[in-house]
Amino acid sequence: MSPVPIGVVRFPGTNCDQDVFDAVAATAGAQPVWLWHKETGLRGVRGIVLAGGFSYGDYLRAGAIARFSPIMERVIAFAKSGGPVLGICNGFQILAEAGLLPGALMRNDRLTFVCRDQPLRVDSVRSPFTASFRPGEIVRFPIAHGEGNYVADDETLDRLETAGRVVFRYVDEDGRVTAAANPNGSARSIAGIASENGMVLGLMPHPDRAMSLLVGSEDGRGVFRGLMEAAA
Amino acid sequence: MTSRVEVFVQLKEGMLDPQGKTLEHALESLGYAGVDGVRVGKWITFEVQGEGREAIERQVDEMCGRLLANTVIERYTFTMREAGA
Repeated sequence: MSPVPIGVVRFPGTNCDQDVFDAVAATAGAQPVWLWHKETGLRGVRGIVLAGGFSYGDYLRAGAIARFSPIMERVIAFAKSGGPVLGICNGFQILAEAGLLPGALMRNDRLTFVCRDQPLRVDSVRSPFTASFRPGEIVRFPIAHGEGNYVADDETLDRLETAGRVVFRYVDEDGRVTAAANPNGSARSIAGIASENGMVLGLMPHPDRAMSLLVGSEDGRGVFRGLMEAAA
Repeated sequence: MTSRVEVFVQLKEGMLDPQGKTLEHALESLGYAGVDGVRVGKWITFEVQGEGREAIERQVDEMCGRLLANTVIERYTFTMREAGA
């Protein structure tokens, strides 16, 4: 069976593109393919990752300009047709700005850029991206962001929770949701959410930086395996 | 006709504004007592060509809703006047 082509989108200012490219390459059965922001085609990819960074310098709002780049028109159509799309960090911000995921990412409540290893609880395994995890499993992905404070109105938050669309939550070492374990003030400690069909996942933490025990965690592998399987 | 547009974007009421909060504390530590409710927003100015005030207003409103503000978290207002006037 030939490997499944997975697109890795590069905007000016994206800086986790190589990490994501390597993470896809390290996933059995997947083959990374670069996608430039000016492209108007998807090169036949069957899954897409929007990597972290500071697309367009975070001008205006994080993700606001990237959302209107030529490639995004195709990414939006791809997601709407049921294709799997993973947005990490700035990629999550872009997906929210594009309206593919509800809510918005605001400035961290403590104003500081946070960069640390973060325990997360897998709160839903309904999405293909977390199909290889156990419900309630604690994983560790690094976080590194200044605008990761997830905000949505209560009705939206309730809807996300009821439908099992809250995929990852910030927790402490024992898996408890606490204010101290919440690095940025996110509503209900939400770290990652999925679309209604589960095929679009946005999260602030970096599974692409948790691909090897050499760097402290290989918990990220499951997310990329899920992407590959959803794309296959 | 050229119109001069000024757009103001601010976080919605009730949205925590950590930047504003920090400025508030900084003003306090500078000795300014009684300062409250500091909010930080954006002020965007541009000129736009077009005929008919209402049509231009509609267009500017669309620009704000689509790009200049994220209406999930922000609200906006704008003013318009004829350039040079």
